[in-house]
Amino acid sequence: MTSPILEVTNLSKFFPIQSQGIFSKVKGDNKAVNGISFTLNAGETLGLVGESGCGKSTAGRTILKLYEPTSGTIKFEGEDITNYSAAKMKPLRTQMQMIFQDPYSSLNPRHTIGSIIAASYEIQKITPENGVKRAVQDLMDRVGLNPEHYNRYPHEFSGGQRQRIGIARALALKPKFIVCDEPVSALDVSIQAQVINLLDDLRDDFGLSYLFIAHDLSVVQHISQRVAVMYLGKIMELAPTTELYKTPHHPYTKALLSAIPLPDPVTERKREQIILSGDIPNPVNPPTGCVFNTRCWKAQDKCRTTEPTLVQIGASQVACHFPD
Amino acid sequence: MTILDVKNLSVGFPTPDGVVRAVNDISFSVSAGETLAIVGESGSGKTVTNLALMGLLNTNTTQISGSAMFKSHTGDIDLLGMDPNELQKYRGQDISMIFQDPMSSLHPYFSIGDQIIEAHQVHNKVDPEVSKARAIELLGLVGIPDPASRINSFPHQFSGGMRQRVMIAMALVNNPSLLIADEPTTALDVTVQAQILGLLKDLQREFKMAIILITHDLGVVAGAADRVNVMYAGRIVESAGVFDLYAKPAMPYTQGLLDSVPRLDRPHTDRLVAIPGQPPSMISLPDGCSFAPRCSRISEVAGNKCLTTHPELTLRADNHSARCFLGEGVRA
Repeated sequence: MTSPILEVTNLSKFFPIQSQGIFSKVKGDNKAVNGISFTLNAGETLGLVGESGCGKSTAGRTILKLYEPTSGTIKFEGEDITNYSAAKMKPLRTQMQMIFQDPYSSLNPRHTIGSIIAASYEIQKITPENGVKRAVQDLMDRVGLNPEHYNRYPHEFSGGQRQRIGIARALALKPKFIVCDEPVSALDVSIQAQVINLLDDLRDDFGLSYLFIAHDLSVVQHISQRVAVMYLGKIMELAPTTELYKTPHHPYTKALLSAIPLPDPVTERKREQIILSGDIPNPVNPPTGCVFNTRCWKAQDKCRTTEPTLVQIGASQVACHFPD
Repeated sequence: MTILDVKNLSVGFPTPDGVVRAVNDISFSVSAGETLAIVGESGSGKTVTNLALMGLLNTNTTQISGSAMFKSHTGDIDLLGMDPNELQKYRGQDISMIFQDPMSSLHPYFSIGDQIIEAHQVHNKVDPEVSKARAIELLGLVGIPDPASRINSFPHQFSGGMRQRVMIAMALVNNPSLLIADEPTTALDVTVQAQILGLLKDLQREFKMAIILITHDLGVVAGAADRVNVMYAGRIVESAGVFDLYAKPAMPYTQGLLDSVPRLDRPHTDRLVAIPGQPPSMISLPDGCSFAPRCSRISEVAGNKCLTTHPELTLRADNHSARCFLGEGVRA
């Protein structure tokens, strides 16, 4: 439980923006992920939350080396994989997998779900003990699909079932670490609860570690042991789940929590909401100093000039000059 | 005062496999100044209901029946029995609609000013300058900074939240008495969602309009609605005031929905209570209660009644009705 399975240090991913024309030059960078650091312990779930454009998905993909990191290091089980080539990554892919947000576009419509799940074995040239078909059907059974549906196509399944197919595919090679990128946000609430429970069970049964990326703080609260809040490519606050939700220290975390509508009309109408003004700034030209200063009600001159670093407050790490 | 009274509305889409019964015999009414939420999961018929009311379904390929009496500026009209050209006089004038996706509901080639001015000109024979002044006024009202110059901007120059504000300005330009908001904040981030919901509340107070709020988010409903219709498989399965509904849900589906939402205000227990299974096919609805195959309480009703007989919507308390054999005939 204590040794970190994943160590990310100062990870950045910039996407260059080219000017138009033949002699195109790089005009600037979209600083999608800008110097984030965290560790993930074996068997743990770390929630990565933030609004659209905060870089949470880019972070997840960069950690799996689906994007080449711009700078920083990624260590998986103590091994520095930052500069590994695709060929060198391939054997490691059995250990690290991904579940995607959209169960409609992440499954090839022309393949049966049997062959979609079996593709992992084929690519890695692994033959499971009792044959591929048996292994796939066991997986289907485990994630709550009818193993007899082996030869059906993705369109014959509902959204929730398709997400289960995606989960079975990620589990096929018995990975240790899975990046779940918004795995339930395309699903209806009643189905969402089924899939969250399934992910919970699988983590306990297989000893998995999740990096759970989501915009929905209530879902993240439910599944994570620790949560990192991102804003404009940076981590604003990283804390154990109960800490973060009970005593948020960063103004952005506070605003985010207060913006979530509670499904209870009595408390919902009584509580005071912090309504942020404006939108997330453009990540090509992030504000100087603290990136949140343009929307922060506590911002002072220092926030506009000096960038705060993550400092320890109790059990939490907070990047703010004036934390609560 | 009731401004919209919908009676026995049904909508069916014929397909080669059979008729998809998207909406089945639903009735409800909306009073001036109130917010009625229609809540349900995807495919429950909440959007189709309102598309039918707005006359936005193709009548050649859709079977629509029922009536919808609406108090317009010219008197009572039946929205469902009306000639499409005639309906055009009321749409955008007495009733407006805002859609889920602000990215695709604005025309990318026209400035936002042109689009709002057009909405005003269609219903008012006034000088375009008057319409422009009205557009600027509305943009200011929905919180667009510097409206006089932003009126010349194009949709791509706005963020999602700003575009939704533009959509709201356009919908309100003619002072409608009823606004249909179809998942107005679903495509937006939570902090922006809070801004837009606050804005709608303020505008409702100012314009005294009724709002039909279509959403799947029980949190949004809790904060914004006066009354709630819960829809499942094309039917209203429970209808109540917002406080009653959350305090005493009478239908197991409503209870299930409330239980399956992970919530911040409660300690995170180890498991969520999920509703097993999935909604039925709208082509072949079950004989009995359409929720029966997923319901955990059917054994409490004698003789498999839930699987064979279709329950009616019956009154449980004042202004609280539910479609369930459980607790039927018991008035609180």
